[in-house]
Amino acid sequence: MIEIKQKEMVAVQGGGSMKNEMALEFDAVSTNESFARVAVAAFITPLNPTVEELADVKTAVSEAVTNAIIHGYENVYGYGRHGELKPVHVKVQEGKVYIRCRIEGDILHIEIEDKGIGIEDLDKAMEPLYTSKPELERSGMGFAFMEAFMDDLEVESKPLVGTIVRMQKKLGCSNFIQGEE
Amino acid sequence: MDDFKVIDNYLCVKLPEEVDHHKSAYISENADKYILREQVSNVVFDFEDTRFMDSSGIGIIMGRYKKIACFGGKVFAIHADRQIKRILHMSGLHKIIEIME
Repeated sequence: MIEIKQKEMVAVQGGGSMKNEMALEFDAVSTNESFARVAVAAFITPLNPTVEELADVKTAVSEAVTNAIIHGYENVYGYGRHGELKPVHVKVQEGKVYIRCRIEGDILHIEIEDKGIGIEDLDKAMEPLYTSKPELERSGMGFAFMEAFMDDLEVESKPLVGTIVRMQKKLGCSNFIQGEE
Repeated sequence: MDDFKVIDNYLCVKLPEEVDHHKSAYISENADKYILREQVSNVVFDFEDTRFMDSSGIGIIMGRYKKIACFGGKVFAIHADRQIKRILHMSGLHKIIEIME
C-alpha cells in the first residue's frame, strides 16, 4: 500500500526561493526501494539538480530505506519477484517506512523513519564496513555513503522504538554556475 | 539467461539497470551457481546498462571477490559510468578489482 500526500506547494517567483513538502508511507518490502528513491528524485526535479546531485540523493535514499527494511524490520526478502531462488519460508514482517521531504530555498531536507527494532550501538553501526548482517553480503557502507553523498547526516534511534535518519543537501549548484556565466 | 555468460575462464555478469538490495540476492546467487558449476576463476561485471548502484552492489562484488580471490581469480568492472566509478572508488573496491573502459 502506497500513500502519497502532496501537502503544500508555494513557488515564489524571483530569487528562486521555494518551499515544498511531501510525505510518503509505504510497506517495508524490498520492491519499494526503487519506488522510494525515484519518488524523491522526482520531487526534487524543480530545483534543477545536476545529474550528479540527483544520483547522490537517490543513493542516499536507497541506503536509508534499505536499512529501514532489512535492519529495522528485518525483511530480508520482500514480497514480489525475487528470482527463482526465493526461499519459500519467508515471512514478511508488517511495517511501514515513512519518508518526509522538505525543500526550503535550495536546501533539501529528507527524513526517513521506521518503527522497527532500532539500533543499539549507533557509533558501531555508523562505522564504515561494519555490518550486523555479514551473511547477507551487506558491505557495511550504508551510513558512510549517506554521509558522503549528503551535506549533513543525523541519526536518531531507540532500541525497539525505531530509527529516524535526517539528511540535508544543498541542491541546484548548476543554476549557480549558469548564473556566473 | 543472457545475463550470465561463460567465456573461457571468465564469467561475465551483465548487471541490470538498477543494482540495489532488491536485485542483489538474485545476482549473487546466480553468479555463485555459475562460478561453481563452470569452475571459472575470473568474474567480469558489465555495467553497460547500469544507471544506479548503491552499497548493495559493493556487497555483490566483494562477495564474489572473496569467493574467487583465494584461488587466484580476478574481478573486473567494465563500462562503468562516472557515478558507478565514484562509488567503486569511494568504497575502496578499485584497489582489489580492475576497472576497465
